[in-house]
Amino acid sequence: MATYREQGIVLRSYKLGETDRIVHLHTQGRGKVRAVAKGVRRPGSRFGGRLEAYSHVDLQLYEGRNLDVINQAELLASHAAVRADFATSAGASVMVELVDLVAQEGERDNALFLLLRAGLQALDAGPADPAVFVDAFLLRAASIVGFHADTAACAVCRRPGPHAFLSVKAGGTLCSDCAPPGTRAVDPAVIAGVGLLATPGEWASLPAFARDDALAHRTAASYARAFVEHHLDRRLRGYPAVPRG
Amino acid sequence: MYEGAVQDLIDELGRLPGVGPKSAQRIAFHLMQADTADASRLAEAITQVKATVRFCQRCWNISEAEECRICRDPRRDEAVVCVVEEARDVVAIERTREYRGRYHVLGGAISPIDGVGPDELHVKELLGRLDDEPVEELILATNPNVEGEATASYLSRLVTPLGVRVTRLASGLPVGGDLDYADEVTLGRAFLGRRELGV
Repeated sequence: MATYREQGIVLRSYKLGETDRIVHLHTQGRGKVRAVAKGVRRPGSRFGGRLEAYSHVDLQLYEGRNLDVINQAELLASHAAVRADFATSAGASVMVELVDLVAQEGERDNALFLLLRAGLQALDAGPADPAVFVDAFLLRAASIVGFHADTAACAVCRRPGPHAFLSVKAGGTLCSDCAPPGTRAVDPAVIAGVGLLATPGEWASLPAFARDDALAHRTAASYARAFVEHHLDRRLRGYPAVPRG
Repeated sequence: MYEGAVQDLIDELGRLPGVGPKSAQRIAFHLMQADTADASRLAEAITQVKATVRFCQRCWNISEAEECRICRDPRRDEAVVCVVEEARDVVAIERTREYRGRYHVLGGAISPIDGVGPDELHVKELLGRLDDEPVEELILATNPNVEGEATASYLSRLVTPLGVRVTRLASGLPVGGDLDYADEVTLGRAFLGRRELGV
């Protein structure tokens, strides 16, 4: 039977039979992988502790008929601090829920893998307000899968911004010509906030944004959720559980 | 497809967790070949359990009376309450014969991804007990997985300000296990929870 080796992040798992689990992983080379981990619910299992959600693992798997089977797992980063705190755990659960939703089996998506790793690392550091990292993750993951929230130009006519109107459906800011009549202008701080949340790689300035302009953050966060739920046509079940200021 | 009654039995058995169509057929044929008394005893046990078993009003453990055996026992320590996810966890802890306090069964664990929040669990009832009973220590014995840890962290945030001592079950190396087979998370926790040996 063909074996292969992959790095992956555990998204979630389901109980299977008496002691097994079906584990959903987002891997670096094969996109989403669903695999069986045998005996991991037994105390004393060789690698049960390594296959908890949010763990970054190096795996050896063999290809099965329906599901692959994990036969070795080495821990690269456990992100144990994420699991130990309710707020960070709730935040991480939204991140993995979204990845589980958008990642495809057999389709490599390294950008999404790196984003998830960065998001979990940010939560692992124990931030005072984990919610802002979740908001940023939502917009950045949506951008990777093809739905970018554009705040630099008008989402319809592409006239360079900044513009004062924000649209979930159009996918970013709208100029005064393209905004439907009666649309209310949005505070520039909110537009800047959405832009910051959607900027790839920009994690360090997020806590200051959430702390210094709580109102703009709240509005930008609602926009991020609405944007993702509208374009992916799914409700994020874990989102309401993330504690906010 | 079989004649009415046989097929009905197979269909009903097939609705049980972990029982597929083949297993359901095997069990149904076993029951048909068994003594009438054996089959009646099984039917009676199922009817009985549905008629008499309910949840304990105080701790939500399964019970045949208003309060379960443990809540009715005056020898149990009222000052210590052990919080578990499911009633079967009570049985697992009782088997150790190490614990003499009482229990509180949450009925699950917080899992935002599955839409299970604190409101779906018996958290409000637990807070009510902390008000009404002389509880000094709350032992959080939820499973050491993501959902269990999130639940323990949530309860700890909620209960610690009330002045009740909150503790979490230790996790670490299994008895009889080998150190070099332990995963890093478990071994790390074993180190964190190490204790001093008496001389």
